[in-house]
Amino acid sequence: MSETNGKILSVKDLKTYFQTEDGVVKAVDGITFELEKGETLGIVGESGSGKSVTNLSVMRLIPEPPGKIVSGDIVFNGIDVRKLSINEVRGIRGKRMAMIFQDPMTSLNPFLKISTQLMEVTRLHLGHSKKEAYDHAIKMLKTVGIPDAESRVDSYPHEFSGGMRQRVMIAMALSCDPELLIADEPTTALDVTIQAQILELIKDLRTRMGTSVILITHDLGVVAGMTDKIIVMYAGKVFEQAPTAELFATPANPYTKGLLKSVPDPAHEEGTELYQIPGLPPDVAHLPPGCPFAERCYRAEDICRRDFPPFVQINANHHSLCHFAQEVYAESVAESENGKTANIQMKINE
Amino acid sequence: MAFLVVTLTWGLIRVAPGNFYSSEKKLPAAVEANIKKKYGLDKPWYEQYFIMIKNVAQGDFGDSLRYQGQSVNEIIWRHLPYSATIGVLAYLLALAIGLTAGIVAALKQNSPFDYGSMALAMLGLSVPNFVLGPILVLMFSLGLYIFPPARWGGVLSLVLPVITLSAVYTAYIARLTRAGMLEVMRSDYIRTARAKGLNERTILLKHGLRGGIIPVVSFTGPALAALLAGTVVIERVFAIPGLGNIFIQANLNRDEPLVLGIVAFLSILIMLFNLLVDISYGFLDPRIRYE
Ligand SMILES: Nc1ncnc2c1ncn2[C@@H]1O[C@H](COP(=O)(O)OP(=O)(O)OP(=O)(O)O)[C@@H](O)[C@H]1O
Ligand SMILES: [Mg+2]
Repeated sequence: MSETNGKILSVKDLKTYFQTEDGVVKAVDGITFELEKGETLGIVGESGSGKSVTNLSVMRLIPEPPGKIVSGDIVFNGIDVRKLSINEVRGIRGKRMAMIFQDPMTSLNPFLKISTQLMEVTRLHLGHSKKEAYDHAIKMLKTVGIPDAESRVDSYPHEFSGGMRQRVMIAMALSCDPELLIADEPTTALDVTIQAQILELIKDLRTRMGTSVILITHDLGVVAGMTDKIIVMYAGKVFEQAPTAELFATPANPYTKGLLKSVPDPAHEEGTELYQIPGLPPDVAHLPPGCPFAERCYRAEDICRRDFPPFVQINANHHSLCHFAQEVYAESVAESENGKTANIQMKINE
Repeated sequence: MAFLVVTLTWGLIRVAPGNFYSSEKKLPAAVEANIKKKYGLDKPWYEQYFIMIKNVAQGDFGDSLRYQGQSVNEIIWRHLPYSATIGVLAYLLALAIGLTAGIVAALKQNSPFDYGSMALAMLGLSVPNFVLGPILVLMFSLGLYIFPPARWGGVLSLVLPVITLSAVYTAYIARLTRAGMLEVMRSDYIRTARAKGLNERTILLKHGLRGGIIPVVSFTGPALAALLAGTVVIERVFAIPGLGNIFIQANLNRDEPLVLGIVAFLSILIMLFNLLVDISYGFLDPRIRYE
C-alpha cells in the first residue's frame, strides 16, 4: 500500500456524465474532496445535485451505459479505484467500503430471508462457514439494536418496519467492518422520530468501530451534529466546502445561506411558512454559461449570468464557488457577531 | 365455474340448429321417437337439464351417441395421453428455451443476441401454428426427410408437432422473461447486491431470477389453457388421435354427451392449472405466502 497520510479517500476533479436522449447530463462535474481516517463528511444539496452519483462513482456502481466516469481520480486507501478491474472492485465493495441507501423498503431483496442477505456478505468476504456467518448475522442485528435478533434473523424484509429495515441495511453494511461507510440519505424515507434513532445509531457505531463516514442528505439539520466537515453541492459542482461549525456560522455562498435558512429551527413559530429557496434546480443537461445558481440567487449580478464563478479560498479549509464569495463571507461574519445564528450554533454544540 | 361452463355449452348445443339425428337420411318417425326416449330427449328441456347436471356432478357423462357402447369417460381417457404428451412437452420446451433466451437477452441488452432473439420471438408470435406446422413439415419431412410428417409413432413423430405448438409460447415467455429481468435488474435491491460485492452470476441467479420470472408464472395459467386450444389445431395438422381431434369430431357429429364431457374436463383442468399457479406464487414470493 502506498503513502496515504491518514487519508482514507481522496477524490480529485471527478466527472461523471450520463448519455441521455436529452443530451449529456453532467451529473457530477469536477468534484474534489478528501476524507481523513475516522472523519465524517457531510454532502448536502438539493435533489439532482449529484450527491448520489458522486458516491456511486466512488463505489464504481454507475450503470454503464448510460453513465460513465469521464475523468478524475478516486484514491481509496492508496488504491486507484478507477484502475481496478471489476473483480478487484468487487473485492472492496461490501468489505472495505460499504453503502446504505435511501429507501430501506426497496433496498432489501423481498424474496430472501434477512439471514440469507446478511450471511452472503461475510461468507464472500470473510470466508465464513454457514454457522459462523449465521452467528455473525445475529450478532450484527444485535449491534444495530434489533430486539429478539435470534428469532427475527430468519424473517423476510416485509416483516420489518422501515426503521428496522434500515437497521438491517446498516447491519449488512457493517458486517465486514468496512473502513468507509457511505450513507446515502439513510433517513429521508423514515419518519422524524425514527430518523433521529437511525442517525444516533450511525453516530454510535462510527465511534465504536472507527469507521469513516460519508453522510449524504439534503437536510442541513441532519448533518449539523454529526459531521466534521461538509461539502455543499449544486448542479454537479461543489459550491462550498468547510468544517461543519464554520459552514454553519459563516457561510460564504448564497446557496448555502439559502439552505441554512430553510432548516426548521426549534424556536420556529407554528403555522408560519418555512423559508424555501425560490425556483427549481437547473436541468444539468442544458446549463447556462454563467453560475448555475444565478437565476435563484438574491446576490446575482450580470457577471454571474455571463461568467462561471471562481472557486474562492476563504481560508485553509474553506472554499466557495461564487463571484462574491469574500463579500458574502464578510456579511456572514458580521451577522454571526450579532448573534443572529446563535440558534444554529447551539444545535451544533449540543 | 365448471358448472357454468357446462351449462353454457349445453345451452349452445340446444340452441344450435340440428341434432345428432338430423342427417341426410330421414329416419322413420317411430324409430326417431324410440331413440329420443332412450336418451331422454322426449322430456321437456328443463328436465333434461337437471338430469344432465345431476349426472355431470357425479362425473358421469353417459355414453357417446356416435361410438355406441363407449362411455364418454372411456373415450376421454383413451385419447388424453396423446394431447397431454404433446402439450406438456411443448410447454417444457417453451419454458426451457424461452427462459434462457429471455435471461440472456436481458443481460446482454441491445446486443446482437438480444435483437436476434427478440426478432425471432416477434416472428414466433405472429405466425399462426396452422401455418408454421405445414412449413416445418415441408422443410423437415418432405424436403429433408428427417422427421415423419404426421401421425403417431415413436419419438421422432413428436418432434414437429411439439415444436409447432411451443413456438408461440417460447416467444411469449422469452419476451416476458426479458422484460421481467430488465425491470428487476434495475431495482434497488439489485444495486444493494452489487454494493455488497457479489458477482453478476450470483446477483442474477440468487437475487434477480425470482422477481424476474414472476410474470412468466402468471402467464402459465392462461398459457396452459391456450395450449389446450392449440392442440386442437396441431392434432388436426399432424393427424394425431388426441383429445383435440376427438373434440372436433364430436362437434361435427353433434355428439352431445362427448362434447359436454370434454368441455367439462377441460374447464376442470384449467382451474387446476390456475390453482397450481397460485400455489407456486407462494413459493416464489414470501409476501404472498404469509397473507
Ligand atoms: N442512470 C441515470 N441516467 C441518467 N441520468 C441520471 C442517472 N442517474 C442520475 N442521473 C442524473 O444525474 C443527476 C444527479 O443525480 P443524483 O442522483 O446524483 O442526485 P442527488 O443529489 O443524489 O439527488 P437526490 O437528493 O434526489 O437523491 C440528476 O440530474 C439525474 O437525473
Ligand atoms: Mg440521491
